[in-house]
Amino acid sequence: MSTLKNSTLLIADVEAFPKGVSLWQDGWTRLRKNRLAMLGFFFLALIMFLALITPWIAPYGYEEQNLRLGATPPSAAHWLGTDNFGRDMLTRILYGGRVSLMVGFIATAVALLIGVTYGAIAGYVGGRVDAVMMRLVDILYALPFMIFIILLMVVFGRNLLLLFLAIGAVEWLTMARIVRGQVQSLRQQEYIEAAISIGLGPGAIIRKHVLPNVLGPIIVYTTLTIPNVMLLEAFLSFLGLGIQPPESSWGVLISYGVESMEEYPWLLIFPGLALAMTLFALNFLGDGLRDALDPRTSKD
Amino acid sequence: MWRFIGLRTLQAIPVILVVITVTFFLVRAAPGGPFSSEKAVSPQVKAALEAQYNLDQPVLQQYFTYLSDLARGDMGPSFRYPGRDVSELILQGLPITAELGLYALLVALVIGTLAGVFAALKPNTLQDYIPMSLSMVGICMPSFLLGPLLVLIFGIGLGWLPVSGWGNAAGDKILPSLTLGAGYAAYIARLSRSGMLEVLSQDYLRTARAKGLPEHVVIAKHALRGGLLPVISFLGPAFAGLLSGSFVVETIFQIPGLGRFYVQAAFNRDYTMILGTTVFLASLIVVFNLLSDVVAAWLNPRLRYQFRK
Amino acid sequence: MIFKCKSLKKLVLLFSLGLLAACGGAQESRVEQGNRDGVLHFGNGSEPQGLDPHIVTGVPEHHIIQALFEGLVVKNPHNLEVEAGVAESWEISDDGKIYTFQLRTDARWSNGDPVTAEDFRWSWQRALTPALGSLYNYMYFPIVNAEAFANGETTDFDQVGVRVLGEHTLQVELRDPTPYILQLFDHYSTFPVHRATVESFGDPSNRLTRWAREGNLVGNGAFQLTEWVVNSHIRVEKSPVYWDAEKIQLNAIVFYPTENLVTEERMFRDGQLHFTGDVPLDKVPVYLRDEPHLIEINPYLGTYYYMVNTTRPPFDDVRVRRALAMAVDRDLLVSTVLEGIVDPAYAIVPPGTLGYEPPRLFNYDPDAARALLAEAGYPGGEGFPAFNILYNTQESHRKIAEAVQQMWNKTLNVGVNLVNQEWQVYLDSQQNMNYDVSRRGWIGDYVDPNSFLDMFITGGGNNKTGFANARYDQIVLRDAPAALDREERYRLFHEAETILIDQMPIIPFYTYKSKHLRHPSLRGMPANIMDYFNYKYVYLQAEE
Repeated sequence: MSTLKNSTLLIADVEAFPKGVSLWQDGWTRLRKNRLAMLGFFFLALIMFLALITPWIAPYGYEEQNLRLGATPPSAAHWLGTDNFGRDMLTRILYGGRVSLMVGFIATAVALLIGVTYGAIAGYVGGRVDAVMMRLVDILYALPFMIFIILLMVVFGRNLLLLFLAIGAVEWLTMARIVRGQVQSLRQQEYIEAAISIGLGPGAIIRKHVLPNVLGPIIVYTTLTIPNVMLLEAFLSFLGLGIQPPESSWGVLISYGVESMEEYPWLLIFPGLALAMTLFALNFLGDGLRDALDPRTSKD
Repeated sequence: MWRFIGLRTLQAIPVILVVITVTFFLVRAAPGGPFSSEKAVSPQVKAALEAQYNLDQPVLQQYFTYLSDLARGDMGPSFRYPGRDVSELILQGLPITAELGLYALLVALVIGTLAGVFAALKPNTLQDYIPMSLSMVGICMPSFLLGPLLVLIFGIGLGWLPVSGWGNAAGDKILPSLTLGAGYAAYIARLSRSGMLEVLSQDYLRTARAKGLPEHVVIAKHALRGGLLPVISFLGPAFAGLLSGSFVVETIFQIPGLGRFYVQAAFNRDYTMILGTTVFLASLIVVFNLLSDVVAAWLNPRLRYQFRK
Repeated sequence: MIFKCKSLKKLVLLFSLGLLAACGGAQESRVEQGNRDGVLHFGNGSEPQGLDPHIVTGVPEHHIIQALFEGLVVKNPHNLEVEAGVAESWEISDDGKIYTFQLRTDARWSNGDPVTAEDFRWSWQRALTPALGSLYNYMYFPIVNAEAFANGETTDFDQVGVRVLGEHTLQVELRDPTPYILQLFDHYSTFPVHRATVESFGDPSNRLTRWAREGNLVGNGAFQLTEWVVNSHIRVEKSPVYWDAEKIQLNAIVFYPTENLVTEERMFRDGQLHFTGDVPLDKVPVYLRDEPHLIEINPYLGTYYYMVNTTRPPFDDVRVRRALAMAVDRDLLVSTVLEGIVDPAYAIVPPGTLGYEPPRLFNYDPDAARALLAEAGYPGGEGFPAFNILYNTQESHRKIAEAVQQMWNKTLNVGVNLVNQEWQVYLDSQQNMNYDVSRRGWIGDYVDPNSFLDMFITGGGNNKTGFANARYDQIVLRDAPAALDREERYRLFHEAETILIDQMPIIPFYTYKSKHLRHPSLRGMPANIMDYFNYKYVYLQAEE
């Protein structure tokens, strides 16, 4: 099909091409072009920065009550209003953000680590090992999550570390399933067969070929997991199993806000917005990362 | 294919057995017995109560008694509702929760898949951004936020839909199904979009287009299958999540379903009820996962070959 | 694109059509329909555990059992005076220890059988049988040898002071003249049950039988049980064989389990309930301001307090306990967190309980509190270990605990953590004395100070504080029951309560108020201090 004309073009193009770009360099370039993702990135950076410097910038103490004041709408003294106890909402949201982000990232990291390792091994090795590993996942899935968490919380007391571990220990299951599914289908791809045939060991294959291609779904699912985790923490706190007063997370603030939704809507709107915007940012960034890192979506 | 199904079914049995065993001992280990009450329980009374519920037997013996009863289909009496059997309560609550779950899943599948596929067709344009942002809202909103909001708007504000109940008044199934399904719709939208995007860039689609097939055939016959694969894998965990998710929805909307029984049982240390619902849940999840795997395999021809071995 | 567009549009259309079709138009509300049919829709709190009067212990169960059964006496809902129930009349001996009841001859069980004195004797034997494990069996203990029988010290029920003198004559012999005993006979734990029915389903002391279920239950009350769908509703209908049937104006009552207060309030607003069991705190000022005719707040015989584990240092030091009590600004707490609807309490017995006034030994006094704490060895809160306030998961308990936590933190400079547990675990923690400070509430079982004071006898099942005082026991167990008149009795109670508050094993906060939302069409349910409903008086009158 190639005519002389086409071959000439080809040679010229090759000379015009820059040196080979690594996946990650290329990805960063592409990410920069994705405006929404960059917006998300900067927003997240801002939020994390605020969370770090909160103890210095918060106008009030987060537990400082002013019972006579009660719940008041936003005003000059309290930019985001006050809650039933007269506590400043801006301060509470700032501190709550620290907790929520901490829970989100750490628990997700735990889930990620366990899930990806587990799923990759199961999907790659296949056969009986895969069957056993996935049965284990099924078993853990079927365990009544509620009981498990309640038991943990009750027996070992309520502390943040335990909360991270407990949530992470539940979330890894889905991660493992997805990774295993992806790895399983990738395993059949020809280039993997090629890699095996030239003698690459399974570790190297997983690292160099499987994982980068699985990275897309992993990233997408991670950005799905973080909000899931944050909401899970909110649900647990809602039931009284998570963060204890006067500490709070965005999740707790939202659940308090729902109770008083009709009378004091700002108690719900501001924490809700904070959580929503952070999650939006995470997702846009995640999407951008996914698009940026997928070698197959690059322009040829 | 049938060998695969048969093998997986056989594998399911020890799974369920392990689930029962672990739950049994876990629940026994948790503090808080089923008879604590504000009025004092004298030792004699407590002893009498424990005798009636077989709690005075050594734990191992209780375990085997339970297993043998279970084999006969007897899950024992509920601790929380004396005079009622666990199996009876499960059978009462299950159809309701199943219906709720089904509608929610339908909502999720329809809205989610459509949105995701739609968005994937024109990535990074408005057609992509709008559905994905909306679905983002679905993810960011916990059901205990979305539910009351919907109630506030449609139930109380506009007065269009009933505030609570299931099957009592016309239209009272809409809000709960939407509330429960919204979160999953969002996930499915993202998964199907991501899957579709991967598939759309695959070479075999180019081949199909090059063959001259019209676009909608390309999508329907080739792309959709691959795009739906991650969605299918997700259905297993989605189903699992629906049960605990349904508790919140069932509480908000006063729906007498299994989810509500389930968590109440946990709070009340209703041993037999916890065990019974766990067995049920375990069986259902295993079945659902099996179905999910089978469908995923059928959709992905490459995996199918594996089973021919 | 064309493909997608077309089918997408179609699907959206179908979906919206479906949505609209499923929407009902403006319909008659359940309340309106109930008014027409004479059916009361009642929000009842949590799903009842059961309907066997000898087994259950909660308020939601009580409401339903009150409709299905009747005891020797009933109470007038207006003034809580005892009125004739199954017993038409009764005679009290001069020494106040022997009660002879004449049962009416037209009292019937719902299956037509006559209610006899033997029914009561048999029922009370069942209730006291140790194997049944009735948690309320101590209600019978004023009766001679009832306690002994319940503890298994004797297996001969003839020893117990209950005698059948004739088919419709029942005699009860008490250990001491117990002034509140008649009220006890309106408590559901002393209601009769139908022997033949109970026995036909198995051993009477087996609490797992199915006799107390829809289709099986036989009661002697104004209503009969027709429907019971767990977690959905319970329906009772007017009993045609009830001796006072003409007086009943309702045709049926439907009880709904409404654990979630916020949902319950919405159901009320939606016209699905005539009456709610409670009102969320946030809604109280809204109703008081916008629709005061719909909300009812009334004195309720109960006290909200915190228990202190006196067996755990530093709470074994009475100065510490007093400091904690004095550091709480009850007026502030009540006027803000509790929306001003309850009254601060400084003792365990609610003021005015049958004319009794409790002692007032302390006030909110932050300076004195700090001084006491310093005296106990913790000046400025230094060295005081951080401790936990335990409460059961519920919005109002959390609010109070958060406020108190702050008060103690700011006033005494002590570190306080909040621990909330689900109901079962919370109760267990209390039973096992596994707490530092724990929230508690006590509703009186009958209108008499004794219902509160007898909690704190040494080793009492509801005294999980480690409080043990010989003089207190003496008064409550021996002196007061033997008192000659009310004045002396109350003098003794006053002395006992003074000991209690002086030692402060409990920190009282406030006296309860019952709060309900009520539809204007609901009449004949006057408020009273026991939040007691007598359905014979209730009727529905739709507004014009």
